Order: sequence, then C-alpha cells, then structure tokens
Amino acid sequence: MNTESKPIFKLRKRSDTEKLIDKSFKGLALIMANSVALILFAIFLVIFSGSTESMARYGLQFITTSDWNPVLDNYGAFTAIYGTITTSILSLLIAVPLGVGSAIFITEDFVPIKIRNLVSNLIELLAAIPSVVLGLWAIFIMEPFLRPFFLFLNKFLGWLPIFGSEPIGPGIAPAIIILAIMILPIITSISRDSLNQVPQNLRLAAYGVGATRWTTIFIVILPAAISGIIGGILLALGRAMGETMAVTMIIGNSNNFSWSLLAPGNTISALLANQFGEADGSQVSSLMYAGFILMILTLLVNIFAQWLVKKIRLKY
Amino acid sequence: MSYNMNTCISFENVSIKYGGFDAVRNLYLDIPKGKVTALIGPSGCGKSTVLRSINRMNDLIVGCTITGRVLYEGIDLYSPEIDPVEVRRMIGMVFQQPNPFPKSIYENIAFGARINGYTGNMDQLVEESLKKAAVWEECKDKLNESGCSLSGGQQQRLCIARTIATQPDVILMDEPCSALDPISTLKIEETMHELKKEYTIIIVTHNMQQAVRVSDMTAFYNAEAKGGGTGKVGYLVEFNDTEKIFNSPKQQATKDYISGRFG
Repeated sequence: MNTESKPIFKLRKRSDTEKLIDKSFKGLALIMANSVALILFAIFLVIFSGSTESMARYGLQFITTSDWNPVLDNYGAFTAIYGTITTSILSLLIAVPLGVGSAIFITEDFVPIKIRNLVSNLIELLAAIPSVVLGLWAIFIMEPFLRPFFLFLNKFLGWLPIFGSEPIGPGIAPAIIILAIMILPIITSISRDSLNQVPQNLRLAAYGVGATRWTTIFIVILPAAISGIIGGILLALGRAMGETMAVTMIIGNSNNFSWSLLAPGNTISALLANQFGEADGSQVSSLMYAGFILMILTLLVNIFAQWLVKKIRLKY
Repeated sequence: MSYNMNTCISFENVSIKYGGFDAVRNLYLDIPKGKVTALIGPSGCGKSTVLRSINRMNDLIVGCTITGRVLYEGIDLYSPEIDPVEVRRMIGMVFQQPNPFPKSIYENIAFGARINGYTGNMDQLVEESLKKAAVWEECKDKLNESGCSLSGGQQQRLCIARTIATQPDVILMDEPCSALDPISTLKIEETMHELKKEYTIIIVTHNMQQAVRVSDMTAFYNAEAKGGGTGKVGYLVEFNDTEKIFNSPKQQATKDYISGRFG
C-alpha cells in the first residue's frame, strides 16, 4: 500500500509551443472574422462618401426621376432602379418554382438515383457557364427565338403598360429570362441540400399517419426545409440584382424610361459597368449614389427574408 | 384459405428481401384481433421488417421486395388495387424515435385526422386522443406550443395520440420505449393497457420484461446465418400465449433467449 499523497497518474505536460499555437489560432480566427466585417464597413463607407455630393444635390429626387443626362450633368436613376427591381423579382418568380421543383424531383424517389444524380449534376454545370457566354447566347440565340412570344404578348396584352411596346431586340424581358437561367442552379442546389437535411423521421411520421406523397412534401417536408430554401432564394436574388455582364449585353442599356418590359432598359449594375470608365466629376458621384441604393436594396431584401424565415420556419 | 374471424393480420409464406439479401424467410403467422402481440428476438432477425410490412412502410425503402401474402381481415394488403396510403390510415404506426411534427401539439394531432377526412369537432378529437394516450394533463395548457418542446416520453405519447386520432384499427409499435427512461416507459405501457380495449396492437420490443408486462401473445424470431453469405435470415421460432412462451417454451432457442443465454 502506498500511503504517500502521490498523484495516482501523471498528467502529461503540454509544451509551450502547443499552447502558443492554440492561442494564436484563436487570435487568427478572430482577425479573420473581424476583417470580413471591416471590409464590408469600408466598402459601405467609401461608397457613401463618394455619393455625398450627388446626395446633397438630388436627395430623394434621384430615385424618382428618370432623366440620366451626362451632357447636361443631370442625373436620376429611376430607370435603372426600376430595371433592377423588375429583372430580379421577375427572374425569381420564374426560377423559384423551377428550382424548388427540380430540387423536389431530385430528392424524392420518382426515378432511379442515377438519373436524379445526372439531373442534379447538369443543373450545377449550368452554373459553370461564364456569364459573358450566356450573354452572347442570349443575344444571338435566345432572344431571336423568344421574339415571337414577346410579339404575341405585345399584340394580345399590349393594353397592359408592362407589355406596351413592340419588342425590338434587347430589352428587359430577355434579361429576365437570362437571369432566371443564371440563378436557377443556386436555388436548385441549395434547396436540394436543405430538403436532404430534413430528418427521415419526419417523412416516416407523415407517411405513418396516412399522408400521401404530396401532403408529405407540401405540409411537412417543405416547411421543415423552408429556412434553407429561402436562404438559397436570397443568395439568388443577390446574384440577380448584382449580375452585370449578361444583363448589360441583353438589356439594351437605355436610360429612357418605359414601363414596358419589352422595351430596352437598364439596371444599376449595368449602368455602373457601362459608364464608370468615362465618368468624371458629378457623374462619378451619381454612379456611387446608384451603387449605394443597390446596396441598400440588397440589405432590405436580406432583412425582409430573415424576418420571413423566422415567421414561417418550423421549430424542431 | 380458411379465414378466421378472430385473426387480424395473417402472414402467409411471407419472405422479404432487401436488394439481394433475404431479411425474413417463409413466415406464417396469424395475429389475433383485439390483443397485444409482441415480437421479440435478437437484433437483425427482421422483427421491425415484419412490422413495417404490415402497413407497407417497406414500400419507402428502395430495393425492398416482398413475396407471399399479408392479409388484413382477409384482404391481401399487397394486391395491386390496394392503395398503401389507405393501408396506413387503417394501420397506424408509432416509431422507435419519438417523431412529432415540428408544429404545435394541437396541429400534431389535427394533421393526421384532417388528411383522413375527419370533419367532426377537432378540439374534442384532440382532447380525446391526448387523454387516451395519457398525455392530456401535461399538454392541455400548451396546445399551441411546438410538439418538440415536450420531453422524450411526452413526445412519444403525443405520437401515440397522433396515431389514435387517425382512428386506425391496428396500431404498430416499433420499439416505442427504447429511447425512453423507465418512468416514461411505464407510462406508455399503462397507455397500451388502455388502448388494447379498442385496438389491435403489435409491438416490437427488445425488452423481455416489457413483452411479459404488456402482451397477450408473443412471437419469438431468430436469425440464422445463411450458408456462405454474411447476412442473416430471420425466421419465426415460436408463437404462443405470452405466458407459455416465457414459462414453458417448446423450443430450445426460445428457452435460451428468454433466459438471456444469447442474443
């Protein structure tokens, strides 16, 4: 018997280097996390300070007037704001049912897993096409192909202001379609992942009380996955609002305002891309102001979506 | 085929396969109406598979095939004109893990009833179902809170209430207490004693004391290694009154299992 008060087992000592690495990793993570916030803040600050001149000059009138005239040095961004909002919202309206629908198809066992994986991979490949290539395709293939449909809309629904002008080629409507194609992979893959994460237990529970497949999908599975799906839709909306290249190529870059979706228009990002190169003086400030509005728009959409997710999410 | 009025579920030469390998082979079993029947046996002997075949839950597993006939009151549940959704409405199921919907307690009960076309007084049905499942006292003041806010045992009784609310004829229970503490287990067993007055109950359990406590009839399954393969095939060893199975089993394998000598 050992009666001495000796420790029963010896604790291994960690070396100082090991402790130092632990500590510095913590610091490193902290720096990384903060630098993201810092960069965001810096961008915000720079854009805000760049746009103060224009803000002081036009105030809120900048948002409501549509006259963008660098020659007379008079700027109003309504055309671009209208274009940004209509293209992004309407492209979402097209892409969300398509994307969520394909995600449901991929996650349910309607067809063998091999075919589902193929579909899933094809949709992700869509994201790999450079936007400039998509823009080119939109100009030469898609828009001429869709022209008869746009003509039809104008002929029969022309009394609606949004179809009130004859399609002449580039315009808001083809931009909406190309945006829908571009954001489809984001919506599909994120929706697919969130649907896959719904616990199998929930699905069994629904089937167990005698639910059909449709009831199970719409009343149980989709609500359980909705926060992820909305997250994906938001990312897609962000992309749609900010997408520049393909939109610039197909939207027509016209600053003459028209309610019609068939007429050429502009978006904030297309406006910036087109004019920054040659801009100077108060035009730069006005472009900064437009960029600032774009940031605010995205921020508002984010806040709204987070509120929405909180409202409708099912709590586990 | 002779159809016995007292038989609820009848297996006639049923074999179930997952992909290539056999899970259950040549099962003949008549489960009586209005009683609690326990399925016991070592892990991997196909008890749960057999249970799930009764309400066609195996349909949801890719590659699962069944041969032979499963009769419910003389009707072949696997004949082409049978809709599995209707089968599951008549034959409810309580799962191993409590799985309430992430909705309110009220909605958990109402959901199943509503999709089954229940048009009566929903408040009343919710109250009755929760009372039958012996969870009303704990839930009555928080019907609008999430079903997931309850404790594990309460969740499981909520799931039982949810099953009752669809007004089934048979209730299947797949190890309903294996994720619960002894007190919750006892409460659920008490609930089962109440329920067997109205429903036929079939329960899979690993707990032999539980089988003794709750069941009238017990079926003992065993699994044997298939020649050459790694998989085991389940088969029925003995089916009799629970009392006889546990006091005077006819088969040596049953005797070994209930005395804890293997499995």
